[in-house]
Amino acid sequence: MIVIRNARILGGEPRDILIANGLISEIGAGLGGETVIEAEGLIALPGLVDLHTHLREPGREDAETVETGTRAAAMGGFTAVHAMANTSPVADTAGVVEQVWRRGQEAGHCDVHPVGAVTSGLEGKHLAELGAMADSQARVRVFSDDGKCVSDAVLMRRALEYVKAFDGVVAQHAQEPRLTEGAQLNEGEVSGRLGLTGWPAVAEEAIIARDCLLAAHVGSRLHVCHVSTAGSVEIIRWAKSKGWNVTAEVTPHHLLLTDGCAEASPVGPYNPIYKVNPPLRTQEDVTALREALADGTIDCVATDHAPHPVEDKETEWAAAAMGMIGLETALSVVQEAMVETGLLDWAGVADRMSFRPARIGRLSGQGLPLEVGAPANITLYDPAVRTPVDPTAMVSRSRNTPYQGLTLPGRVVATFLRGRPTVLDGKLV
Amino acid sequence: MKHLISAGDLSRDEALLILDTAEELARVSERSIKKLPTLRGRTVVNLFFEDSTRTRISFEAAAKRLSADVINFSAKGSSVSKGESLKDTALTLEAMGADAVVIRHGASGAPHRLANWVRGSVLNAGDGTHEHPTQALLDAFSMRQRLGRIDGLKVAIVGDILHSRVARSNVLLLSTLGAEVTLVAPPTLLPVSVERWPCQVSYDLDAVLPKSDVVMMLRVQLERMNAAYFPSAREYSRRYGLDRDRFAKLHDDAIVMHPGPMNRGMEISAEVADSPRSTIVEQVGNGVTVRMAALYLLIGGENQ
Repeated sequence: MIVIRNARILGGEPRDILIANGLISEIGAGLGGETVIEAEGLIALPGLVDLHTHLREPGREDAETVETGTRAAAMGGFTAVHAMANTSPVADTAGVVEQVWRRGQEAGHCDVHPVGAVTSGLEGKHLAELGAMADSQARVRVFSDDGKCVSDAVLMRRALEYVKAFDGVVAQHAQEPRLTEGAQLNEGEVSGRLGLTGWPAVAEEAIIARDCLLAAHVGSRLHVCHVSTAGSVEIIRWAKSKGWNVTAEVTPHHLLLTDGCAEASPVGPYNPIYKVNPPLRTQEDVTALREALADGTIDCVATDHAPHPVEDKETEWAAAAMGMIGLETALSVVQEAMVETGLLDWAGVADRMSFRPARIGRLSGQGLPLEVGAPANITLYDPAVRTPVDPTAMVSRSRNTPYQGLTLPGRVVATFLRGRPTVLDGKLV
Repeated sequence: MKHLISAGDLSRDEALLILDTAEELARVSERSIKKLPTLRGRTVVNLFFEDSTRTRISFEAAAKRLSADVINFSAKGSSVSKGESLKDTALTLEAMGADAVVIRHGASGAPHRLANWVRGSVLNAGDGTHEHPTQALLDAFSMRQRLGRIDGLKVAIVGDILHSRVARSNVLLLSTLGAEVTLVAPPTLLPVSVERWPCQVSYDLDAVLPKSDVVMMLRVQLERMNAAYFPSAREYSRRYGLDRDRFAKLHDDAIVMHPGPMNRGMEISAEVADSPRSTIVEQVGNGVTVRMAALYLLIGGENQ
């Protein structure tokens, strides 16, 4: 029996939380237990759920493994992550998704829910065996070719239709391929000055518009990965106003950083630490994304944690890999971008980082309110500290954080997975 | 000045210092013995990841006339073609004690990255579709030589602005020096936010020519046609090429420039290129002088 003393549930009044048999058994005042965790001043949130994580295993264990990636997740306050399918081999069969799922069970730092590929080998030609992955031990419900767009309209339509049979969802990486050949950075003022091939906003927005219409036409569920532009927000807002079953996510980095980082930053111009897909956009986009997350047009925050080894980033911009790590900084960035700005309270953070992503992924036992009888998936967070981001202190195997040189608020003090601490005193258990 | 990477980094005074220094050094080139001892004992590495004989020999001549030791490092057939990273190449040069590295690279921003890894000065000899600052300096030098000033000159830059490092550097430098630049191109060959650049933009060459003091024609690569930037070489030439008829619209003192290599008959006709009002051959000679000035000012100082 563990008792958490004086935690402010969703930022409310201090309460004691008693944990027994992996469940929250009592919430009240003056509770006792065998193990006492003092949480004076800390906020208790439901364990965070990430819909979009690259764990890199199998295939790129030099960048991350299920073990190291889920450690990073626990340190960031997550109790469940969705492992993206663009591994090597691709997670496009029941065998691969079950392997990833099992590795998650063995690691034990958080739940690992594999995402299945939509098309075999992410090649965009044939549907992968979506049903077999859904029926496997991994119980896959989210399907995505993330990293690549399912650009063929017919294939996308069929995928959307097909997953209805098991209440799945297609999570689209919206990127019109022809409009983004060789694209390096948001197409705009900065890309023009830097002479980097532009990634136009329309390449994202055109696919989102098409997919919303397709989802409506076949009556299926669409999830839009890493929305990055103000125009995408408008389209999703419109689709939702029609009552269509469309959800969307935004990454922490798109809530905080802009394409200007490529030109001027604490780590010098053209530093590929800021190279990511979709690219960092403009301040107007950042503002629109924050407002959309606040008003619920964008349902959730998803990290798109994308580890890369040093040698894939210590290069010229065009040669560098795309992506940034984000699990360990996600909550701090959300506090900075959304809470400190008054756009979300802590209940809102719980909704966007736990309740809603769990619902989209159809997870049971995750993303539930901190109430008596619920699984004790709890994150204790200290919002009062501010610390400089130190890449060398990260537990991810990779160091490609774009927040180096910034000071961010907050710190995850403890994470509990079904009552078992995975992080205590800010350290892995 | 530690590095010369972007023309935008130069203040007006710094840019004028380079041009004035080049003017003094130009007198040396007129002597029978062209060599100065200024950079004796200094090492200049020409690090060329793209083939560019013109630019490389220009930098080589500049460094040698100042008595520097020159090492030419061409990516082809070297460790780079075996997959060595830019960083490892940089560390190798660093270990050899390069005082200056002249870099030509296909990736925009490569000189900025290089500057993180070497202690010597970095001179950008053209990076991707970003900048080519010594080209802009030699262009400005050539304008001043012919027309006596830069301040207030009306300069038209015509062609593939989107992919041109020459255009980017010229817009930045010439606006610093007080010239009025107009970019002329089909809309497909202009960057999307070009209206925020410190210059004017036009799609109509015929309207711009009569009021221009300088017309700078850029090389247009035929592969752009395959990527649908324009329908055909003929149509491009008809709308944006500088032929005899268009040349006649220029006022009598106006000059024609081209950074080379030219596509004769495409963006410029042979008779225009060879006319006395073309500075194309002078630009080559001025390139050596301006690069001497840049090397001298970067690594010739007493604090080295």
